Amino acid sequence: MILPVARTALTSLRRDRGALALTFILPVAFFTILAVIFGARRDPTPPVAVIVVDQDLSRASRALVEGLARESLDVRTRPAARHGVEQAEYTEDTAELAVRAGDAPLALVIPAGFAERALAGADAHADVKLVRDASDPVAAQIVEGLLQRIAMTSLPEVMAGRGVRLMDPFVGGFTAEQRRRVEEGLAALRDRPDPETAGPEGGMLIPVRVRDVVGPARNDSMISFYAAAIAVMFLLFTASAAAGSLLDESESGTLDRVLGSRVTMGALLGGKLLYCTALAFGQLVVMFVWAWLVFGVDLPGHLDGFAVMGLVTSFAVAAFGMLIASACRTRAQLAAVSMLLVLVMSAVGGSMFPRYLMPAAMRHAGLVTLNAWAIDGFTKVFWRDEPVWRLWPQVLVLGAAGAVLSALAWRLARRWERS
Amino acid sequence: MLPSAPADDPAALPLEISGVAKRFGDLRALDGVSLRLAPGECLGLLGPNGAGKTTLLRAIAGRVQPDAGSITVLGAPAGSPAARLALGWIPQELALYPRLTCLENLEAFGRYFGLGGAALSTAVERCLRWAALADRADDAVQHLSGGMKRRLNMAAGLVHAPKVVLMDEPTVGVDPQSRNRMFEMIDALASEGTSIVYTTHQMAEAERLCDRIAVVDHGRVIAVGTRDELVRAAFGTRSEVVARFERMDESAAAWIRQRGGRFDGAAARFEVEQPTAMVALLEAAARAGHTLVDVSLRRPDLESVFLHLTGRELRE
Repeated sequence: MILPVARTALTSLRRDRGALALTFILPVAFFTILAVIFGARRDPTPPVAVIVVDQDLSRASRALVEGLARESLDVRTRPAARHGVEQAEYTEDTAELAVRAGDAPLALVIPAGFAERALAGADAHADVKLVRDASDPVAAQIVEGLLQRIAMTSLPEVMAGRGVRLMDPFVGGFTAEQRRRVEEGLAALRDRPDPETAGPEGGMLIPVRVRDVVGPARNDSMISFYAAAIAVMFLLFTASAAAGSLLDESESGTLDRVLGSRVTMGALLGGKLLYCTALAFGQLVVMFVWAWLVFGVDLPGHLDGFAVMGLVTSFAVAAFGMLIASACRTRAQLAAVSMLLVLVMSAVGGSMFPRYLMPAAMRHAGLVTLNAWAIDGFTKVFWRDEPVWRLWPQVLVLGAAGAVLSALAWRLARRWERS
Repeated sequence: MLPSAPADDPAALPLEISGVAKRFGDLRALDGVSLRLAPGECLGLLGPNGAGKTTLLRAIAGRVQPDAGSITVLGAPAGSPAARLALGWIPQELALYPRLTCLENLEAFGRYFGLGGAALSTAVERCLRWAALADRADDAVQHLSGGMKRRLNMAAGLVHAPKVVLMDEPTVGVDPQSRNRMFEMIDALASEGTSIVYTTHQMAEAERLCDRIAVVDHGRVIAVGTRDELVRAAFGTRSEVVARFERMDESAAAWIRQRGGRFDGAAARFEVEQPTAMVALLEAAARAGHTLVDVSLRRPDLESVFLHLTGRELRE
């Protein structure tokens, strides 16, 4: 009797395409996404973008910048060309603004006097400045570490000279002959053909002062990231499920009855869209109020930005839900399709792993998802403290996506209008 | 949007269907249907499952676009806003919101027809009383009995007080007691002058409720009239002898055919001009060696008419 029971269950599964897709396609899709995200990175160092401002323009500072460029970093000294016109090099101020705007997670400023005073330990004001976006805590640590390595490989004579100067008092002062030999040795280090051949032994660290310009007073950057990321993912699930009432009503005949009244298909979809948008917004409010009360995310300080991003995100996810509900024939089909799409979108779009941890290609691919734009928008609001008008790219994309998805949903839903 | 004639044209018939045809792929669902509904009349559409009754109702409600022909509701083209307002549609399915209460369901459908304020409250109260659900107004639909759900399903189609009501087998799956309650509701509706189209494959329902009956098969109307007109047209003054044989074999079947009778799977049916002809039939059966176990003489009914017209039973 066991085998017939198993056979019946297997036959039922074979007839249920949605369940089959969930069983076999979803795990493979997820595995593929994770493999692309993490497997494609042969180099353990992520390709961090770093803005570099060299105010010292010394041989040492130039060597440092060249050393950084040789690492797996995306070193930028000037903004990308606009309309083919090359932009001016970053200054300390414009670099900080760029970090605030999220163009790069950090900027490295080498102040004037760095080689003369900071490396000599004479003036802490001339230390390298790392202007950091706290939302990407990994990037700053990577660059700080790389700086020390580059110091060993690109500035061996400076490091050695500093060591000699530190040792001088302990040995009661070098003799003239000793000083001459030291200088000769340092010159040899300076003039060696390949800096990569220098060993790490005997080096000293480059002094770095780190300053957070985005979310500096907070230690909750990941909390506010996940509040947005998880909220968007569940918004997509909620909107899909809520829009599924269309299919319930179609199956029960209620849709026929409603469309037999004064309600047109446009009014019906408009009503459902309004409901799904309001529901999604309500869900966002609950999520962020909880994040505020329990984890201290500063919701009261960002109400305007939250309202703008919340409404436009809710509209877009509601339209997404309406579209897949209109495209599906049954509730079971909708459940399978929405599960597949939402999980894939969430993985690619950064709801599960921050996009800055992904390879560049994956980061760009994520931009086709609603998640990425919504999370970017909420990040601007809660981390970067950006004014509401700076949300225009996210508002534009999510608003347009919502409008296009709604129009497609209406087109597909017309099959219910008249047969 | 179709041009919309006023739906309250006093000269216009409640419903006028002319040469309506509809195909779904290879299936000819409606094949040149023409019908008229008089004011205050209850017209029955009688036919087996798949005959095209529901498709015809959906076409009247504007939910199916005919390939040919025309349908007007009180002079307005089917599907136009005026026709929609004039029509009440009671589908076969329980087209309700299961988690909403009776009151909330009726309010929702009332609003869909543009009702609001005091007019909506009055309409909802009227419908709750009509469906004998006033004491269950605040109960969610999913907690109602099957009969109550059916009654609410009817009430939801009438909340906007339509002049023409389409009922698609509204008593499917209800117990006899509930069915009688629903018949009383339909009587009350008809007494107020509402014109009704009622589809069923139950002869008793058609005979009990309908002023006229249209027999529908394979998408065509094959006969229309009152019950008596249909019987008279099919049988004249003839009566029907229904006989069951002890052994129904080839020889019995051949004998039935020879005597001009039909075998419907359970019994043989013979048409006789006079009741006395039954005696001759019994004697002939005895002479041929066929033993009868049950014989009755009766006036033909709608089932006889359907069998006569189509050669098959209504519930095949």
